[in-house]
Formats: sequence, C-alpha cells, structure tokens
Amino acid sequence: MTTTEDEGRTFTVTGQDWDELTDALKDVKDERIVVNMGPQHPSTHGVLRLILELEGETVTEARAGIGYLHTGIEKNMEYRSWTQGTTFVTRMDYLSPIFNETAYVLGVEKLLGIGAEVPEKAEVIRVLLMELNRISSHLVAIATGGMELGALTVMTIGFRERELCLDLFEFITGLRMNHAYIRPGGVAQDVPEGTVARVSEFIELMKKRLTEYAALCNANPIFKGRLEQVGYLDLEGCLALGLTGPILRSTGYPWDLRKTQPYCGYEDYDFEVITWDTCDSYGRFRVRLAEMWESLRIMEQALKRLADLDGAPVMVADKKIAWPSQLSVGPDGQGNSLDHIRHIMGESMEALIHHFKLVTEGFRVPAGQAYAAIESPRGELGAHVVSDGGTKPYRVHFRDPSFTNLQATSVMSEGGMVADVIVAIASIDPVMGGVDR
Amino acid sequence: MSENDEPGGMFGVQGTGDTSGYAGLTRQHAMPSRTSDVGVQPYGGWFKEIADALAFAEAEAVIHRGELTFHVRRERLLEVLQVLRDELRFELCSGVSGVHYVDDQGKELHAVYHLLSMTYNRRVRVETSAPDEDPHVPSGVGIYPTLDWHERETYDMFGIVFDGHPGLTRILMPDDWPGHPQRKDYPLGGIPVEYKGATIPPPDTRRSYS
Repeated sequence: MTTTEDEGRTFTVTGQDWDELTDALKDVKDERIVVNMGPQHPSTHGVLRLILELEGETVTEARAGIGYLHTGIEKNMEYRSWTQGTTFVTRMDYLSPIFNETAYVLGVEKLLGIGAEVPEKAEVIRVLLMELNRISSHLVAIATGGMELGALTVMTIGFRERELCLDLFEFITGLRMNHAYIRPGGVAQDVPEGTVARVSEFIELMKKRLTEYAALCNANPIFKGRLEQVGYLDLEGCLALGLTGPILRSTGYPWDLRKTQPYCGYEDYDFEVITWDTCDSYGRFRVRLAEMWESLRIMEQALKRLADLDGAPVMVADKKIAWPSQLSVGPDGQGNSLDHIRHIMGESMEALIHHFKLVTEGFRVPAGQAYAAIESPRGELGAHVVSDGGTKPYRVHFRDPSFTNLQATSVMSEGGMVADVIVAIASIDPVMGGVDR
Repeated sequence: MSENDEPGGMFGVQGTGDTSGYAGLTRQHAMPSRTSDVGVQPYGGWFKEIADALAFAEAEAVIHRGELTFHVRRERLLEVLQVLRDELRFELCSGVSGVHYVDDQGKELHAVYHLLSMTYNRRVRVETSAPDEDPHVPSGVGIYPTLDWHERETYDMFGIVFDGHPGLTRILMPDDWPGHPQRKDYPLGGIPVEYKGATIPPPDTRRSYS
C-alpha cells in the first residue's frame, strides 16, 4: 500500500493489503471515503470504473466511469463498405455478436428496401443463431454474477455450457466469436452438413443441464439472501432511465421486441415472454434462466423449419447486392471456393464483374436513414443507419442496451452496502465492449 | 493523415476518382435529411394523429422507409418532446444520435432522437439541427432522464452542447481529448501498413468510390 498527500489523503490498495489500510484509517475521524473500484477489478465486468463514496460500509454515492474500451467502431465503419461493417459491429458487444450483426444488417436492409426479399432460410438461420447466442450470453451473465457472489460452481458450470454454444458457433460460422456471419441480404454461408443433428443434441443436453442451475440457485438461501431486494428498480424508474430487457421484464412488464415488433419472422415462433414481479436482482436472474428455456423452444422450431429448407438460398437473389465470393475448406485451410473461381474466370463475364465490383467497391445504398431495433439479451439494441447514397455508411450509431442500462448504477446501489453494488451491477449485466464501442 | 489535406487515394488518384474520361462516374451526394418518399399530407393512420399534435411547433414531417421523422427547430425541441411524452405516450426514449451533415449549410449538426411508445407500439424520430458555429441544442434530460449519457456521448463525439444538461462532460474519450472524433472534418487517422512488399495507406486516405 502507498499513501500520497497531494490530492487529499490518497491510499493505493493493490490487493491482500486491506489490513494495512484499516490500520492507517484508524486515526482518521472522518468516516467518509471515496473508493475507486476498477477499471481493473474482477467483479466489474471488464473495464468499468466505479467511483463509490462510502460512509462506513454504506454507499452514499455511486458513479460509473466508462470509455476504457472505446475503439471508435462507429467512426471506422464510415471508411469501409456496407458489408465490411458487419466485421466491426460483431466486435462491439462481444457476448452477443450475432445480435449486433443482425441489428446492423436489418437497418441496412431497410434502407435498401430488400427486407421482404431476404430468403426464408436466412431468416431461420438468423433466429437459430440469435437464440443460441441469447443462451450463451445469459449463461455468462449468470456465471459471472455467481462468481462475483463467491458462488464459483455457478461460474464453472456456466462457462462449461457456454463452451458448447461456442463450439456450435464455430461449427456453423467458422468462428467462436466475432463471426461476421449475418450479412446484408442474408447470411455469409449455408449451414454445414450435420447442423440439425448437432444442434438437436445440444438442445437435449441443455434441457438436462439447465435444471442444474435451478436446483443450485433458485431456492438457495445464500443466493436468495444476496440477491433479493438488491438493485431494486421499478417500472417507472426503468422507463425514465430507458432500461429494457430482463431488467424491465423483472418489473412484470412483458415488453419484448420479438413479440411486440417482430423481425426476422419471430411472429411465426411459439414462445412466452418471461416476466417476474420483484423488480430486484433475483427477479432478473430468474428471468434470464427462464428465457433460456424459451430460447431452446424457439431453436427447436427453427431446426424443424431448417430441416425442410435443405439447399434453399441463404442470400437475396439480387446479384447487385448478394455477396458473390464463396469460400470452401481445402487441404491448406479455408480459401476461395474453386467452383466459384471457375465460374467467374471461365464461365460468366457478368459474374466476374459482380464479384469485382462488390468485393472492391461494394454496393450502393439509397440515401436515407433507418432505425432497426432488436431484442438483444440485454434489451433494445438499436442501429441508426444513415446513408448518403454511397458505398460506405455515412453514419452508424448503435443504441447499445448495456450503455443505457448502466446509467441505473446510481439508483440501484446508492443507500445500499458495498457488497450489494457488485450484485446490482451483475444484474444489469453490462458488457463493456458494447458500452464503449 | 495524408501530407496534403485533400484525400488523394491510391494509385495517385486525385479529385473525384472518375476514370471514365467523360465524368460518367461523378456522383452527387444526396443528404438523407432531404430525401423523402411522401412527406406531404395526408399520411394516413396514426402518422397523421401525431403530425396534427405537433402542428403547433411547425414540425416538418418526413416519411421514409415506413419511418416517421419530424424535423423540429431547436427552439421548439423541448416542447415537442414534452408533448410526445405526456400526451402521445412515447414513454421510452432510445437515446440521441448525432450526425454531421457537412454539406447542409447552416444546420450541419443534427441531433436525432428515437422515441418509442409502448402503449401504442409506435416509433417516431425527432430530428433537430444546429450550425457548426453555434452548436447548441437544449438538453432533454429533464424530460427523458435516460438522455443523460446519450447527450454526453453526442457532445463527446460531435461537440453539440446540450444546454441545461446537469454535467456535460466527455464520456467515451479521455477528458483532455482535443476535438470531436465523429465529425466529418476529424480524420480517422492510422498508419500505412506494409503487406507483401506493397504499402497499404490508412483507410481515410485510400481511394474512395463514393
């Protein structure tokens, strides 16, 4: 521990030296201290900085400092083509990459006016992957939330199941994270052979594993003791602060964009909107847990539809928009599909032109602006997409639910104990990549 | 940034990048705020209901891709937001997003608000503007508290000053950062990258097609 005097009395604590701090504070009469928690701290979900004013163990003021993971994604996108944009947005909220891509792509498709032309199979794949992603994201929310309480088993089993989700992502999209799989007009590639079987296997396994979370946590007195009535925020507070997702649904209000403003064909799936009525961290946990069951239901229905769509197109028919390049796996790794090379080099001059124009220049999007909102695991994820008629976005702004929800840090934690701040933040489930973009 | 301020691009291309020889590839930029599919009465359905309710503020309605946008003068912004929240039940504000229309003389900086009515399941967009020389827009935090961080972000990225905001400081960039990165006159930056012997310039100095 080190002490400086230049800005009041400042102690720098680096861990395992808490006793030294309490000794040093013994002769300090003033009980009020300001604690900087983070930006490097295991229970701040990445690089979140919390500035807490404490009186003893009670938090009198809590402020969140963000921006440590700002990477200028929105600015960068203005210098790349519309298709390349998916490669950027997938990296924002790194726990829900598929949702980032879908929100962006829906915005671009709205501007292009091709929303109705996206093939059914592409929409089914999008729904399937989004629900798989919702499960993996909720698993991390529950796992890290458990870890921050000291419930390490919740963490280990959460990441165990998440790994299965990531394996499926790798199998279908080629990458565990940062997929760039959802593209304007459809998806990048058709799903590989054996997808239906592997995903069905996963669903069956998850049905067994999800009961473990319920058995471990739902009625656990310590778990309930830590979560109940902590991070309280009612419906009025949620709407004033713009909070959506599980936090809003834990107040008993069944607002879910999948039901209220369906996209990607969600109106054709049978599922329930989960709510809870306690407005607290425990309610949010139960909402997330139950939502994973609903996601499994949606995935089952999507798989059933996918099985009937063997060989159907996954990209719009319009050759002026559809990404032309096709990939395949050869003995030396992934590369251009030889069939595609043969087609553009030997068979079709027009295909070569389309390939060249779309890959180097990209397609033009008519001037205008659109807002596409989807229900991400954390709430309303909106993409405000502006085009000036060119091959690159004029401006893309993301209304990230983590960013908005994190504003509730103060109201959820002021007046409570320091330990409850951790629980409240965990129940918000902010992902700093999405907050800072 | 490139040595000269004019973005030159790859292969020594200057100006528009038109290689057709007869200006066949020169394009006009269209500014989204001026495009409109319909934009005139009657709108039909609930669009008209809202347009009538906002008629007092001389809000200019634009319907594009099925979305309703109201262009409002910044002096009337707060009245409009208040009416939308209290009378038309737009309970949730999805935030404010800035756009820098460099060619839109006298109203370069736009602040775009997305509002959602959960009662009626409607969305509407409210857009206001300010010139580069006087980048002031009234703050909506008093009406929608969620705008707190969103306005800070828009200030940080575009330099739009939201008058009346309780603590308008930078939120994503460091406190002492010069400039506002999302403005169009702010370069992206970057360094040239060597790949297989050739040098690839930073993205904002590459040849541009649009």
